[in-house]
Amino acid sequence: MITFSDKQLKTPKMQRPVYLVTGGMSKFARAFPDKRTEELVIDAMTEAAEFINMTPAQLKKYIHTCYYGHFADHFGDQLLGESVIHDRLGLDPLGNIGVKTGGATGGSTLWEAYKTVASGYSDCTLAMGWERMDEVPTDEGNNYISFAADKDWETPMGHIYTGYYAVMAQKYWQVFGKEEDSFRRTMAEIAVKNRGYARMNPHAQGPMKITVEDVINSPVVAYPLLALDCCLMSVGAACGILADEKTAYEMTDNPLRIDIGAGSHTLRVADRRNMEIPLLPNETKDQYADLAQRFPGSDRYPGFTGFLAARVAAHYAYNMTGIKDPTEDMDLVELHDAFTISDIQTYEDIGIRPYGEGRTYVESGDCYHTNPNTGQPGKLPANLSGGLIGNMHSVGATGIMQVLEVGHHIWNRWAEMHGDEEKWARFDRQKPEDWIDLQVKGAKRGLAISHAGVGSHVTCTILQDPKHVLPGGMFDE
Amino acid sequence: MSDCDCQKDRGTVKVVNGRYKPSGKFHFPQPNTPIRNEQGVLLGITNPRDIVHMHSYGGEAIFFESLGKGKLMASRCDNADCETTGSIYMPFRIHCPDCLFKNTVVDITDRAKANSIVHSFMITERTGAFNTLPTPIKFVNIEFDGVCTILMGALVRGEPSIGMKVVPIFKTQNPEYIITDMLWVADGTPATDLPEGYSF
Ligand SMILES: [Zn+2]
Repeated sequence: MITFSDKQLKTPKMQRPVYLVTGGMSKFARAFPDKRTEELVIDAMTEAAEFINMTPAQLKKYIHTCYYGHFADHFGDQLLGESVIHDRLGLDPLGNIGVKTGGATGGSTLWEAYKTVASGYSDCTLAMGWERMDEVPTDEGNNYISFAADKDWETPMGHIYTGYYAVMAQKYWQVFGKEEDSFRRTMAEIAVKNRGYARMNPHAQGPMKITVEDVINSPVVAYPLLALDCCLMSVGAACGILADEKTAYEMTDNPLRIDIGAGSHTLRVADRRNMEIPLLPNETKDQYADLAQRFPGSDRYPGFTGFLAARVAAHYAYNMTGIKDPTEDMDLVELHDAFTISDIQTYEDIGIRPYGEGRTYVESGDCYHTNPNTGQPGKLPANLSGGLIGNMHSVGATGIMQVLEVGHHIWNRWAEMHGDEEKWARFDRQKPEDWIDLQVKGAKRGLAISHAGVGSHVTCTILQDPKHVLPGGMFDE
Repeated sequence: MSDCDCQKDRGTVKVVNGRYKPSGKFHFPQPNTPIRNEQGVLLGITNPRDIVHMHSYGGEAIFFESLGKGKLMASRCDNADCETTGSIYMPFRIHCPDCLFKNTVVDITDRAKANSIVHSFMITERTGAFNTLPTPIKFVNIEFDGVCTILMGALVRGEPSIGMKVVPIFKTQNPEYIITDMLWVADGTPATDLPEGYSF
């Protein structure tokens, strides 16, 4: 049993509030044989400038420090790729640094940019992320990704990361899913939902109009994960611009409050040791007293079924912002749906549902834009962007994309950013005849989870309308 | 250059006076080739190459050396002042993750042979480039008596299930000094049915 000290778990207290001023994204696709990475990055930067009616040159005048996230130098075959991009963006001689935390790279890049503004070092920072995964054959790509596992203890076994990951899905499927057909269908619903929402997103790489049966009949990748349970592999870029209050309101009338917490856990799943469940504000110790009776095989925490890093990131972020119950306090979320089953695991880790009950977030209809059971707005819509399954997983950009997608709802500009005919045409994509506006009406607050690999790094980002900031956060004394 | 020439000349490395001393050939240059679209327009280029890393096992060398001798070596924190003293680690950890004292090497071969249980598993047809395991790969995560962590391995005989008993096998002939020198088989697998070069 391992324990954590109060000092380790203390709530971060930043020096001043930080705001998300704007952000932008490129098109996302499996491959861009006709574009260099810098072209995608400039597309994202240009969209960010236009979002606040500036030219890129005007926006750049505000930036003081730059954070660049891309997971794998190997894929781009370029060390210091960050410096190449920094130069192409014309941002020398500003200080800049690269950020690498696997699948959570996008979230971590924002985390660094956030702390830099909060500390006072900079009044305005750039967080730019991208990934270039199309320039090697797929099997060599799998080999590169497997080097994000332990080089000596895991990689030589198959050179296939999916295998190291999916053992957790197997355990959750058997212990909490009880291998039930109904659970299998709940997993499939997530795959249908996210691909369906991706149809409304011109940036999205993987829109599909499919049914639960289509998912269940798709080929086995690593049972219980089927082909349509799995996320995309993408190329593309996304950026966010963060600033202190004074600078933010110089740049725009509508910046959003942003706060970010981060957690970690062992790179190898093998190294996880037992501990008591760390509780979130909406949980009690008693509620888990009979967990192992209700779900035989769940006696180890986090074992293979929980992501400690997500729980700890939520612990910091909720206490920083005064969140007591994410379902009540948030209006929408963007989660790291690398696989349908890990999406369900995350509902529990971040307290949307208690451990063991993640599936009910889907089955209740709460996770939908419009609850299919009631026809009313979903209580806490999830992954309206299409998520990693339907929109993209361009690793270094993913966590930034998620935060921008939440932001578009709070800014009440979702339809403008996703419905624009000119954008659909520019991306050479067909806007569906049955396109619908997924704007969450009256959205004030939202959350995004950026997650790495088997759970080695997770960030939890909270966005709030400054006029509707929750009480009890770190600036309320 | 043909493949067989590459293999014949392929370089090796020794350590002499505390330094890596490579000898033989390591690099076999291949030409770049253009990438064009259907209209014949140049879009890019291939960049093939052959690279060798020289990698230290450091304090884990004892673990990888022992596999080829049919031994599974774990490590244990023996610092009496450590809050998790006595914890046994497999994967082998050179230092205790709590007190950072150097762990003691302990032989858990008998323990692994007597009672190794599958905690979770995964079967996949997918592999990455340079895979050497037979497909489909059957990943198994193994709980040992009295060990606080859960080792990942590959099952090469039998069908995996949670709770099943498995036994380690070791590549005692021509070991490669990598983690796949130890694989796993279902309990009761006869010695005559093991992959070539492996023994109990
Ligand atoms: Zn110790």
